[in-house]
Amino acid sequence: MYRYDSFDREFVRSRVAQFRQQVERRIDGSLTEEEFKPLRLMNGLYLQLHAYMLRVAIPYGTLDSRQMRQLAHIAERWDKGYGHFTTRQNIQFNWPRLKDVPDILDALADVEMHAIQTSGNCVRNITADHFAGAAADEIADPRPTAELLRQWSTDHPEFAFLPRKFKIAVSGSPVDRAVTRAHDIGLRMIRNGVGETGYEVSIGGGLGRTPVIGSVVRDFLPVADLLPYVESILQVYNAIGRRDNIYKARIKITVREHGIDAFRERVEQRFRIQHKAFTSAHQALLKRISAMFAAPAFIEAPTGAFDAALARDPVFRSFVDTNLHPHRNPQYAIVTISLKAHGATPGDATAEQMRVIADLAERYGHDEIRISHEQNCILPHVHKRDVPAVHAALREADLATSNVGLASDIIACPGMDYCNLATARSIPIAQDIATRMKERGDERQVGDLKIKISGCINACGHHHVGHIGILGLDRAGVENYQITLGGDGTETAALGERVGPGFAADDVVPAVERLIDTYLVLRSDEDEAFLATYRRVGMQPFKAALYPDTVLAAGR
Amino acid sequence: MGRGNSGILVRDTGFRDDDWRGEFVQWSGEEDHSALPDLAALDVENTASAEDIVPLFERIALIRIAFPSHMDGRGFSLARHLRLLGYRGRLRAAGHILADQYTMARRSGFDEVEIDPDFAERQSEEQWLFRADWRTHDYQERLGRRQ
Amino acid sequence: MARAFRPCILTANDLIDGEVVYLAPDGAWTRRPVDARLFEDEGEANRSLAAAEAQEDAIVGPYLAAAAPGGHLGPEPVHIREVLRATGPSNYCHGKQAGS
Ligand code: SF4
Repeated sequence: MYRYDSFDREFVRSRVAQFRQQVERRIDGSLTEEEFKPLRLMNGLYLQLHAYMLRVAIPYGTLDSRQMRQLAHIAERWDKGYGHFTTRQNIQFNWPRLKDVPDILDALADVEMHAIQTSGNCVRNITADHFAGAAADEIADPRPTAELLRQWSTDHPEFAFLPRKFKIAVSGSPVDRAVTRAHDIGLRMIRNGVGETGYEVSIGGGLGRTPVIGSVVRDFLPVADLLPYVESILQVYNAIGRRDNIYKARIKITVREHGIDAFRERVEQRFRIQHKAFTSAHQALLKRISAMFAAPAFIEAPTGAFDAALARDPVFRSFVDTNLHPHRNPQYAIVTISLKAHGATPGDATAEQMRVIADLAERYGHDEIRISHEQNCILPHVHKRDVPAVHAALREADLATSNVGLASDIIACPGMDYCNLATARSIPIAQDIATRMKERGDERQVGDLKIKISGCINACGHHHVGHIGILGLDRAGVENYQITLGGDGTETAALGERVGPGFAADDVVPAVERLIDTYLVLRSDEDEAFLATYRRVGMQPFKAALYPDTVLAAGR
Repeated sequence: MGRGNSGILVRDTGFRDDDWRGEFVQWSGEEDHSALPDLAALDVENTASAEDIVPLFERIALIRIAFPSHMDGRGFSLARHLRLLGYRGRLRAAGHILADQYTMARRSGFDEVEIDPDFAERQSEEQWLFRADWRTHDYQERLGRRQ
Repeated sequence: MARAFRPCILTANDLIDGEVVYLAPDGAWTRRPVDARLFEDEGEANRSLAAAEAQEDAIVGPYLAAAAPGGHLGPEPVHIREVLRATGPSNYCHGKQAGS
């Protein structure tokens, strides 16, 4: 894992000192709220419905046990004993007091963490594949790239006041677990014809009001050109991105209005100057960073305990079935800890649970933890012989829900329970669907199904790329939910299509059930997942299931 | 004609009165500037194209880029672009800039910031000096981004 | 056409702890909507809003939110968003409802 050097440490401390001073200036009146707001946002501090909210970056979703314990400590000391893991690999504390925030930031700095640039119109926390460094299908670890970009984007003098926020994701595998095509810049590590690694660069992806799948702007970018090239993209966007209309300010609109070819032309023109604007220092640093991400010293040991538990214990078997993924070392497994217990708030973890996860990582997981954009927690390196012990400990702590990838493993944004921008609640909908799936008892039979819920058009819950997407809206003061089908956030990215008119809150669960039941009837066999069936049969039968009367009427 | 020069200058050492005695000529990007006095000062909007100004580099002594709002960061990239294209003269950011943006301005290639006197009253010199040490903790420098 | 004026309360968040606050009849900020002042006159509501906007040292983001006279207790917010602000998150019992 990356370790701060004295430079990083002093930087983060100086930022805390600056913010402490800014808070004082706000309280003593030398800064107006209008002036203070962008400064607090640059330090991750929002004002939400009920209170301030501090969003802490978990760069590329990587944590160690010490950091996780500190998050638990912060939750207990300055918040209400829990934290919320978000779809952008951040953690949010929902109840901090303004005057405590500098102390919280100091506590984060103690464990090499910060809340810098988790908000505001700047380059946000860089996200990456949560299985990075562990996945069997990986070409290269995306985290060194993500760390390089974190450093580059931190306090970048030109890009703290862009037209709008800017999100970058990196994937190191052909299987895109980082939803790169839904980012302002998506980087996929690839190999060219002669075996060199580089990046396929896409731009202008994004969800929100106008969902767009990103377009490729460079099909092969050599590793050494990364910073000058990304800087060129940002410079062009900073200059020509729209500032007259907040809904048209994201780079996806800039790209659409100018056309990808014209945009590329401008970027390449900038790049010709830009690439002389850097020495090779960043490449030397990348080498140093990469060394810090070397794989841990994997243990060689028999895996008999794993096989025995598998044969003996059906509960363990179902855990293995859903919550384990192949590790590049065949003796190891990637263990996902679901933060989606049926009926719980997706992505929430109590301080107690955070400590359990930290202990397990330290004891069995080479001290590594990941947070996924799917709002789960991951132990990326667990030797198979230890999986039964990990599972037993998780069961004790109520963290052994075996539902990863299933219908109750729902992504839900905070929605109107917390978020100032929300038009409807999303968490209770997720809670109700998950609870219903448990009652039905058939989510294993249903299989792979991604349900994603957003509480407003900003789409933090990624509903456009859910197999079933749910968007909460406000219809004359009443919550109303639109359903989309067929979205996909992976390398076969697609945006979901709206089925028809929205549903009242109480009708959402029955609607989702009708969709699931329709799928169960239509699938060609048990191996055909929901998305595959939808792609094969199309919208019509699902639409008929949701709106029987309308479809009948139209047929008459 | 550009704006006058009644503002307060902020430099690394703090506040001072504007020492530029000449006129400011508003740059529109279109007119024929053959009549421009030598070593003139240009007033430039943050939407200007740096390339268009290149032919004038030798003849101007000062470029003043307008910051209409502290939320609008275009001026930073414009300054950087001018510097990368070889402009070596004086470069000034003028308008609604916060003390907290001083570092950004300096690292983008500005030599100084100009603010209105009434704005300077609320954003005291002390607050600017707190951020005047713009060379430390510079990630871009560590990554080899040339100044 | 101008929207018809509806009775409302004046709400904001506390500068220091961020909690939801309401303007009370005595001009102080209260945390309980039932203790809020119900504005039935548009001019008065707007004047109070303007005055609140100048209180940057105490509160953040004041605005008027539709409210009904409620029972004998006092005003009740109308819109779901304001109901949630008044009661706290609905996903589990914490926030305001846990304290009351
Ligand atoms: S989607 Fe909307 S409601 Fe949900 S977190 Fe984002 S902004 Fe808030």
